[in-house]
Amino acid sequence: MEVYLDNSATTRCSERACGLMVELLTKDYGNPSSLHMKGVEAERYIDEAKKKIAKTMKVSPKEIFFTSGGTESNNLAIIGAAMAYRRAGQHIITTSIEHASVLAPMQFLEEQGFSVTYLPVDRHGVISLEELRDAVREDTILVSLMQVNNEVGAVEPIAEAAAIIKEINPNTRIHVDAIQAYGKMAVTPKEWNIDLLSVSGHKIHGPKGTGFLWIREKTKLKPQMLGGGQQKGMRSGTENVPAIAGMAEAAAECYEDLAGHAEHLYRLREHFIEGVHGLAETSVNGREDRNGAPHIVSVSFAGVRSEVLLHALEERGIYVSAGSACSSNKPAVSRTLQGIGVKQELLDATLRFSFSVYNTQEDIDAALRALEELLPALRRFTRR
Amino acid sequence: MKYRAFLIKYGEIGVKGKNRFLFENMLMTQIRHALKPVEGAFEVTKEQGRIYVLVVSEDYDYSGTVEALKCVFGIVGFCPLLQVPDEGFDRLAETVVDYLTQAHPKKNFTFKVNARRARKNYPMDSMEINAELGGRILDAFPEASVDVHDPELVVCVEIREQINIYSENIPGPGGMPVGSNGKGMLLLSGGIDSPVAGYMIAKRGVSLEATYFHAPPYTSERAKQKVVDLARIVARYSGPIRLNIVNFTDIQLYIYEKCPHEELTIIMRRYMMKLAEHFAAESGCLGLITGESIGQVASQTMHSLAATNDVCTMPVYRPLIGFDKQEIVTVSEQIGTYETSIQPFEDCCTIFVAKHPVTKPHLEHIRKSETHLDEKIDELMQTAIDTVEILTVEAE
Repeated sequence: MEVYLDNSATTRCSERACGLMVELLTKDYGNPSSLHMKGVEAERYIDEAKKKIAKTMKVSPKEIFFTSGGTESNNLAIIGAAMAYRRAGQHIITTSIEHASVLAPMQFLEEQGFSVTYLPVDRHGVISLEELRDAVREDTILVSLMQVNNEVGAVEPIAEAAAIIKEINPNTRIHVDAIQAYGKMAVTPKEWNIDLLSVSGHKIHGPKGTGFLWIREKTKLKPQMLGGGQQKGMRSGTENVPAIAGMAEAAAECYEDLAGHAEHLYRLREHFIEGVHGLAETSVNGREDRNGAPHIVSVSFAGVRSEVLLHALEERGIYVSAGSACSSNKPAVSRTLQGIGVKQELLDATLRFSFSVYNTQEDIDAALRALEELLPALRRFTRR
Repeated sequence: MKYRAFLIKYGEIGVKGKNRFLFENMLMTQIRHALKPVEGAFEVTKEQGRIYVLVVSEDYDYSGTVEALKCVFGIVGFCPLLQVPDEGFDRLAETVVDYLTQAHPKKNFTFKVNARRARKNYPMDSMEINAELGGRILDAFPEASVDVHDPELVVCVEIREQINIYSENIPGPGGMPVGSNGKGMLLLSGGIDSPVAGYMIAKRGVSLEATYFHAPPYTSERAKQKVVDLARIVARYSGPIRLNIVNFTDIQLYIYEKCPHEELTIIMRRYMMKLAEHFAAESGCLGLITGESIGQVASQTMHSLAATNDVCTMPVYRPLIGFDKQEIVTVSEQIGTYETSIQPFEDCCTIFVAKHPVTKPHLEHIRKSETHLDEKIDELMQTAIDTVEILTVEAE
């Protein structure tokens, strides 16, 4: 039996997306920039994909720009905006629990002379709007926030944050990393009054190597990929047509019955959390109620090394992630877990379980059963 | 320039008296094996006490051939050869000048000609060839000069049935052809030392088998893959390695439960040696090989080595015993295992390691501690033996 509970790492591609991609790889394989019919056809798929995606977030198709995935979207948004608005100011705000594809560009910008404020989070992983209010300045050109944290599933108050930021400084651009949120909850950038939003294809049952950045009209960005001027010069390079079409199809599928999907995920999550509470010396990190994301649960198992538990689960066909990638040679402690105040001795004892609509109650039960059996056995043999 | 042949120079095996042909044949076998994955077809021949690699296909991968020959133990050096038929001295001189133009773009070299006349009916003797050919080269390269004591370039010309022209000597790894000296069982971990130890013993002509202990779920699939990758790199030099992958988890946990924690590593290593020796005896190995070096870690002090050695009846070869870590790293970089060795996956020696392991274990104490294992250890050892996974790892 295979029980895949690592859907925040990547997901299985949906059948509808795969079917469409096969057709585009083998039949309608044209280059959208070609002048002939084959090219026009391909371009139509791109336009169609934009429309499908735009509909899911109530934005204009013209505002969708395709990239190679979440990392590129975040890089383009952050570095692109910083470079475009650097004359207006050199101050940027983000949180201390962002994904590496946000934090690394921030560090790069610091080296370029920008100053970055990292907002702390509370024990649930949520920023304080008061601290945000205090941080926004006249020279703040960009605020980058994640909608859902990838490690503990914390949901940030994007709409409220955006209102505060724009009230203090209407010229500050707001970027949202929605990579873990899109497809699982409502993502409505226009209602929130933000400017940039990143999404990745393979987290929503689309293919790997594709994603998009939503860029609100009239937002200036300095392109990071230069070349043939595709996508209005914002992102040169021949569009990955099959992957784009596949991602858009997967996105449409997610939003056809968003409420139903979310309900399914929340039920799995609640069932799992309830089971986890029955296990000794085990604690859930972050919110347990429906204020957290529907598909992510971070659990600490006192006295058990996450990597060992991960491999023990793997032996039973259950796939999860270590909350923090650790090894004896290279300790890389999770900033998110530290940020929400997880105890030092639990940092290396934390696993992330993340669900998709393909998971069933039986999957959850199998995982709980395995944990119940493995934990006492593993705790007998811990490093003394 | 298209070289179609290589002259193989071998040192030590030349002095092996009446067994010489055996060593030569093994070397030829190893060369053939090393060239198998290289694009092209080759013939390895022995002719008047010299080994040649001849290219018999239209096209071949020159740099791949050179890289492969650099890995064959027993080769001291090799020379890419130009082989031409004898069409008179003038034609020969033209060919040599042509060869130098292409092989050595630098024009102001110092050189000497080193002619050998193996075919005695050639109209000039070697001294005459040296002098005359030297003159022709000077005519063609006015900036060059002769230096018979310390030349940059030695232009070798051998008059045989054909004429061999060469000037470049590429160093080989030395040592003895693998297969000329029995078989050893390498205890291979994922670290820096053990692959180097295997390399060094293989260099003396020993073929290798290896044993790796893994401890799922405490060690991962990637840790195991890393060991397979390391074996694959060592196999470039040693030839195919039969790798025994032993599941050590239950034995390790049993020791952990029953014995004093600070003795865990020593006792564990004693059982690893026993298991490795079992597999070694089973497949006809004549000794165990480890990457131990005195004092490197607690389990490698003289006392600890004595305690570990105590369980072995076979000789244990420890080629790195007097090496410093940096010296080992240097060799591992040379042979190409370093990058793989430093990938950070936990191996089974480190998972339950005590904060303060014994550094001077007392053999009597260790043996006494091991009596706590009497109840189940034989059964666990047997299970480990019965469930061994065996892979034959070949160079890519």
